[in-house]
Amino acid sequence: MKQNNDLILNATDLTKRFGDFTAVDSISFSVRKGECFGFLGPNGAGKTTIMRMITNHLLVTEGTLSVLGMNVSTNARKVKSRIGIVPQENNLDMDLTVIDNLIIYSRYHGIGKREANIRSTQLLDFFQLAEHAQSPLMRLSGGMKRRLLIARGLINEPKVLILDEPTTGLDPQARHLIWQKLRALQSQGTTLVLTTHYMEEAEQLCDRLVIMDHGKILVEGSPVELIKEHAGKEVLEIRLLENEGRDDCIESVIGDAGLDGAEVECSTDTLYLYTEDAMALLSRINIGSERSILHRRASLEDVFLRLTGRELKE
Amino acid sequence: MSEPTYQVRQATEPRGPIKWPDVTHRAVYVWFRDFKVWLTYYKASLIGNLGEPLLYLLAMGLGLGKMVGTVNGIPYIAFLAPGLMCSAAMYTATFECTFGAFTRMTRQQTYDAILATPVSLDEIVLGEILWGSTKSLFSGVAMLLVMSLFGLVKSFWALLALPLVILVGLLFSSLSMIVTAKSQSYDFFSYYFTLGIAPMFLFSGIFFPIENLPEWAQTMAWFLPLTHGVTVSRALFTGTVSLGHLADILWLAVFFLIAFTFAVGAVRKRLIL
Ligand SMILES: Nc1ncnc2c1ncn2[C@@H]1O[C@H](COP(=O)(O)OP(=O)(O)OP(=O)(O)O)[C@@H](O)[C@H]1O
Ligand SMILES: [Mg+2]
Repeated sequence: MKQNNDLILNATDLTKRFGDFTAVDSISFSVRKGECFGFLGPNGAGKTTIMRMITNHLLVTEGTLSVLGMNVSTNARKVKSRIGIVPQENNLDMDLTVIDNLIIYSRYHGIGKREANIRSTQLLDFFQLAEHAQSPLMRLSGGMKRRLLIARGLINEPKVLILDEPTTGLDPQARHLIWQKLRALQSQGTTLVLTTHYMEEAEQLCDRLVIMDHGKILVEGSPVELIKEHAGKEVLEIRLLENEGRDDCIESVIGDAGLDGAEVECSTDTLYLYTEDAMALLSRINIGSERSILHRRASLEDVFLRLTGRELKE
Repeated sequence: MSEPTYQVRQATEPRGPIKWPDVTHRAVYVWFRDFKVWLTYYKASLIGNLGEPLLYLLAMGLGLGKMVGTVNGIPYIAFLAPGLMCSAAMYTATFECTFGAFTRMTRQQTYDAILATPVSLDEIVLGEILWGSTKSLFSGVAMLLVMSLFGLVKSFWALLALPLVILVGLLFSSLSMIVTAKSQSYDFFSYYFTLGIAPMFLFSGIFFPIENLPEWAQTMAWFLPLTHGVTVSRALFTGTVSLGHLADILWLAVFFLIAFTFAVGAVRKRLIL
């Protein structure tokens, strides 16, 4: 059978159940060569569960999952030798120094001693960790640990790098450095698969992404497409007055002004108007003098919140 | 301070027929990782290895030995030391593959990290067991040195005690990995030490000949793995080896293979859901 080499990752009706609980519910997606593919979704959506099925940490319950044309369930070793993993939870080896973390990890991949030294040194340089090479792990800050974790995922020169929340908990400098490194990797031909809770990160990095909830994929597309389709162009945020009900607010602001395709959504304290032309809409509706109002471009966050709801997930 | 407990999770996938351990040379990478870490504290470790038998031989061998005199025609210290060599191997392997392995499996998530590479879980288990038995070998070498100080090493047969302690180490490392895979917290190990290891230490013929026990207790002792190690070790040091001892070796080897298979199964059940 001829394999489609452009399909780096392919899932068909992929399902994962823990007892009666379905964490990943019959989802299908594919990741093409060279792209950066994102998984977004609230806590518990099933993102990590998918990542861990790719590495065989979790067994697939139903459906198929293949990497570079190889089924992960039957070809685990080969799959794992070609991919790089950056897990959500730091699992660096606390008993080893920074550089030994990389060298020992290369041994697991069967990389020879000389080559392991060369690659480890290069990766420490690339991630600006060279001066900490001999430090014990406890001396590293969170940002340095995360960089080392990414470096470790690259030790086998993988075709595809899988990152589970690569920048959670990092300061803006560290985050921007990681983005820059990931873009550099992508331009060298590495396919990236990542999960994130940061919409900005997804907009910055992802060519395509899916938004998930309750183990299902809600939408798939490029950030621009998704924003256009699910949030429109512009947003007006109008704060409710004290003790004002939603319906009262909608009544007094919109009244019988024509919405002209604009969509209305209301949370406990804010009225959202999604529209193609905010200025035109503003001229028709009645804000009054005491309401605070914000006019901004629609973003991926709007898409996310509209699709997955505004209430807390867990 | 209370130790965190780690849930022993239940596998959710239906298991097919028994899957035999899937092991290759990659287990050595895991062994090497443990060795590399050991190199950072080897001095303390070796001092422990040497100090413990020294204390035992002084206290029990010389102190107690003075009252006991001879056992089966040999001085008590010469009777005692070969058995202690086996129990030291047992304890070293057991500590490594309970407390040590449990820390790596749970708190440090070392197995989780290795599992993302081409090394299989079965190889991780084997690597840990190989490392446990390597530490048994270290304790065996230390014991051999101390025994030669006491003039207890009389023939080259004694060198064969080193492969013997490796075998004892493999066996007890495997048993410990089963216990580790089933444990929720470090507290669990105290049961294993009190109910499993301590009786082994006391009733496997290290301190007195098994024949001193009532018939039923002798039969029980035959089922203790350490008994066979002690028997062979004593024969090697007293120059009374016979073909019959091959049966003891076989007993140990078969027990090891069974325990290893169960260890692999138990760790798989815990970690791969
Ligand atoms: N081993 C397990 N046993 C039972 N349920 C599990 C297990 N692992 C995950 N789950 C459940 O599966 C669901 C999906 O979890 P998962 O970790 O994949 O979410 P996630 O999208 O990565 O969330 P987060 O953004 O918080 O990391 C959650 O409800 C979680 O409680
Ligand atoms: Mg997650």
